[in-house]
Amino acid sequence: MKFLDEYQNSELATKLAYRIANHSTKPIRLMEFCGGHTHAIMRHGIRQLVPKTVEMRAGPGCPVCVTATIDLDRAIALARLPNVIITTFGDMMRVPGSYSSLQRAKAEGADVRVVYSTMDALEIARENPKKSVIFIGIGFETTAPTIAASIVKAEQEGIENFRVLSCLKLTPPVMKALLDLGEVKLDGIIGPGHVSVIIGSLPYEFISADYGVACVISGFEPLDILLCLSKLVEQIEAGQPKVEIAYRRGVKPQGNRKALELMEEVFQVDGANWRGIGIVPQSGLKINQKYEHFDADKGFEISLKPAREPKGCRCGDILRGVATPLECRLFGKVCSPERPVGPCMVSSEGACAAYYQYGSSPSPYSPPFKGEAR
Amino acid sequence: MPGAMCLAIPMRIASIEGDEAEAEIGGVRRRVSIALTPEAKVGDYVLLHTGYAIGVIDEAEAKETLKLLEEIASFSEVS
Repeated sequence: MKFLDEYQNSELATKLAYRIANHSTKPIRLMEFCGGHTHAIMRHGIRQLVPKTVEMRAGPGCPVCVTATIDLDRAIALARLPNVIITTFGDMMRVPGSYSSLQRAKAEGADVRVVYSTMDALEIARENPKKSVIFIGIGFETTAPTIAASIVKAEQEGIENFRVLSCLKLTPPVMKALLDLGEVKLDGIIGPGHVSVIIGSLPYEFISADYGVACVISGFEPLDILLCLSKLVEQIEAGQPKVEIAYRRGVKPQGNRKALELMEEVFQVDGANWRGIGIVPQSGLKINQKYEHFDADKGFEISLKPAREPKGCRCGDILRGVATPLECRLFGKVCSPERPVGPCMVSSEGACAAYYQYGSSPSPYSPPFKGEAR
Repeated sequence: MPGAMCLAIPMRIASIEGDEAEAEIGGVRRRVSIALTPEAKVGDYVLLHTGYAIGVIDEAEAKETLKLLEEIASFSEVS
């Protein structure tokens, strides 16, 4: 067992698609919260496998995309300071800020380095004791504990020049914010698999209890997603929305206790600024007082001009599920992965990048409909 | 895959040293942190995200899901 190939069986996928089609009678709208799901859904042609009654929308689950422009501007301003090394996940490099990007700052002489892991950032800090090594901390609950672990490690090893700019965001509060906004009526949510490895399924209970919306947590292989869709359709058809885990090999109801403890140790919950949504109370993580000497929000003098959003870019609407990438006038014309206008086209998890890359490819599985390529 | 933010891939733990481990998939080996999964043992599959094992894969549940998929599929009419 490799826990990958087994969940890509095309015969089973086709049968699951038929099952979904046979069970679906009324029109419903689902949102996949996670950008990883958007990519998997597009890559495997799952939109073409579901009946017309099932509408699917991408949500805000792309960490790079939801990072507010002002936070990007902050990272770029920090990069321009002397004796600073910026370390970041690669996706952040090309995201346009108001006036520049990390990539452009690097070309202009700033020391900006792409890392795969916070462990690499710590190593750079060990090797450069005379410089401040700032990690741009973007991500959701999946990534937050890895950043917490790096801060605890820096504390234990006395790595005093390590800093984190925390732009970390929390999933359940933004789901609540979207449901409260009510711009898009949702019947069900495809719950984020790897966020849920950390937080479990319990924090989503309000979705079905308070909003009557179904929520099924899914893995990322085609069969995982089809199983999740099948459960969602059946719940909604039966009028019994609840929270279910369709990714049981990875997700426990209570999550990963050790990871949650580390997050609790290092962070405090605070409001966070989301692109397209604005400030959502209690939806972000800031470094707490005990570890504030690692906080890049403190101890650096930077001045920021007011943030500017790219003209015509509909990333914000796409992140709220109000529009699909195809409804943006810039999509595929002035905005492409080579020349991205907004972050949804840059990030490997961005909805626009997924639509651009896979939008016209046919599904490798046999759809349960004849002559209805969608 | 730098910047793949919420992606995690299954890898098998080959050896453990303190809070670090050597993990392997398809002949590729890499050093990973098991600071978030102290319960991980040699031979376990973990979900690896940005260099950290964020969860140990539950093999019994994995088999259970595959059985469920087969069952569901066997009741589906392909016409």
